[in-house]
Amino acid sequence: MSPDAPTVVDEPSGASGSGGGSSRVPGRPSQEVVFPTREQYESVVGEYQKTGFEMCADLCGVDYLAHPGRRLPEGVRPERFEVVVNLLSLSQARRVRVRVQVPDTDAEVATLFELYPGVEAMEREAYDLFGIVFIGHPDMTRILLPEDWEGHPLRKDYGVGRVPVQFKDAPGPR
Amino acid sequence: MSDVTKSPSEWAGAQGPHPDTVLDPPLSGDSFLAPGPDGEAQGLVAETSEGPQELARRALTDPGELRREVGAVLRLPEGVAIDPADIDVEQSDDETMIINMGPQHPSTHGVLRLMLELDGETVLRTKPVIGYLHTGMEKTAEELTYVQGSTNVTRMDYLAPLHNELVLSLAVEALLGVEMPPRSDWIRMLMVELNRVSSHLMWMATNGMDIGSTSMMIYGFREREMILAFFEKTTGLRMNHNFIRPGGSAADLPDGWEDDVTIICDTVLPRTDEYDELLTGQPVFRQRSEGIGRISAEEALALSLTGPILRSTGVPWDLRRSMPYLRYDEVDFDVIVGTYGDNFDRYSIRLNEIRESIRIIRQIVEKMPAGDYRVQDKKVTPPPRGRIDESMEALIHHFKVFTEGFKVPEGEVYVAVESPRGELGCYLVADGTPKAYRMHIRGPSFVNLQGLPLMMRGGLLADAVAVCSTVDPVMGEVDR
Repeated sequence: MSPDAPTVVDEPSGASGSGGGSSRVPGRPSQEVVFPTREQYESVVGEYQKTGFEMCADLCGVDYLAHPGRRLPEGVRPERFEVVVNLLSLSQARRVRVRVQVPDTDAEVATLFELYPGVEAMEREAYDLFGIVFIGHPDMTRILLPEDWEGHPLRKDYGVGRVPVQFKDAPGPR
Repeated sequence: MSDVTKSPSEWAGAQGPHPDTVLDPPLSGDSFLAPGPDGEAQGLVAETSEGPQELARRALTDPGELRREVGAVLRLPEGVAIDPADIDVEQSDDETMIINMGPQHPSTHGVLRLMLELDGETVLRTKPVIGYLHTGMEKTAEELTYVQGSTNVTRMDYLAPLHNELVLSLAVEALLGVEMPPRSDWIRMLMVELNRVSSHLMWMATNGMDIGSTSMMIYGFREREMILAFFEKTTGLRMNHNFIRPGGSAADLPDGWEDDVTIICDTVLPRTDEYDELLTGQPVFRQRSEGIGRISAEEALALSLTGPILRSTGVPWDLRRSMPYLRYDEVDFDVIVGTYGDNFDRYSIRLNEIRESIRIIRQIVEKMPAGDYRVQDKKVTPPPRGRIDESMEALIHHFKVFTEGFKVPEGEVYVAVESPRGELGCYLVADGTPKAYRMHIRGPSFVNLQGLPLMMRGGLLADAVAVCSTVDPVMGEVDR
């Protein structure tokens, strides 16, 4: 495979193909995963749109900080963040999943808003919860959390339950 | 449908903004909050803490965002998309008014906040502001084992909790690679279809309320109560059941469930005819729903809208039919589609989907096989209650399953089911431990809310309430 082409995997990496059980999972037999680089991302999705993927069903972020050794196909360099896009073709009843690696240092990726206007809220959600910036998005603001919220809670280093207690005279920890 | 792929690419990138839009330089966050040249605070933002999330004045809005807020979805060449002559989008700010509706407004079905720009009584721009019910459920899911996971997701879409449990269970089972016993699949289908009926009845009730038919409100709740009573008998709870779990269901169906379900079907089905008579033929209801909140198939697809909204535009897309899960390929039912994509079509689709669901439920009662209600895999399934009293190993095993949970092999999967509101998806990443590494729920209401600016554009303020109602957002799922 030439270095310019995105890596395509036909079966999800976690598929433990144990026969009949998996056939009862929707879309499983034809589910394919694509690993474009950040530069290829927009054009790869655009190509899929031209071949009949009318809808972007889902877009979300994943923070792999606490799970660095995940299985990836050869040639894909793991980065901290991943943006996962699920495209849906109604005419072919087929799904394809696009996974882009986004580094920690500049957590930015191109927006798909021009291709699929429906990603507007989903990209804002990914920005809100992971701090991944989608370049070219018309309204890159927080959507679920208040505007003055600090940090991006779905990051693995966000620190659950470490909000300081507000009581003035409360005794300290045991 | 071919327009969908053609149109955005034509406009993608460098062509600049749509002719609909007003070209003004966008301002950044700080200058946004500062008083304008006239000394007045810019927008409504200065009085609240939320800043740029809100609907701002036209002059302060990014062209792309403005285009979105006026509901211009498809970047079609001029004249093909929404005709700019429909509404004078060039109006200046002093002719229009930005008002705030919600989050405590009774017609927003929860804590949805809509910011509307009005010209008189006509809605020009809409921006839904959400997040008032955000409880970080996706973060919580990372702290829970897979066994506990269904107690979490069931609280998302509180009108269709069993669908949430189903989609999580399917995702976990896909990663586990277990084969489910047939009875478990059929029990799940029965519960999920009953849930669809109760959810649509609830919608009929609240939609009737929004449009002024208060008797529909009472009737819808009355029939829904029967189904909730059956849920209580089966699962122990009226809502938030935690009944469908990874590996099967929590229990078998109770004795005499066939009779209960048959009584529900025999009661609800003739009553849908009463609703038909009450609403469909009623001139006031028709005038308030026909032609209101229209959306085309291309626009719905571009905005990723699913469920009754997409079907109302004539696209026969139902995951139960197109990408069957459970045993939906073994039952007969029709996918209901509309033509015009207006409020009335969405009403008719939901009414008829109640009938189709009852048709499916009757077939399930006939076809329900005998067998296990959960998978007999010692790794996933706790031992039966009786064994715990006599076997130390069973006790330890039971303890381990419920404290430590079971390990799910590393991998990631996306699974989607058709909830009453549209495509309910679950993206699950497992790292080989008993806890989910990442669980993302694709909430249909969350995505469907994006259709509001388009559907409300050019309508009256009173119709905005009706449009919001037919989108059927459940805020627990929108905000998660």
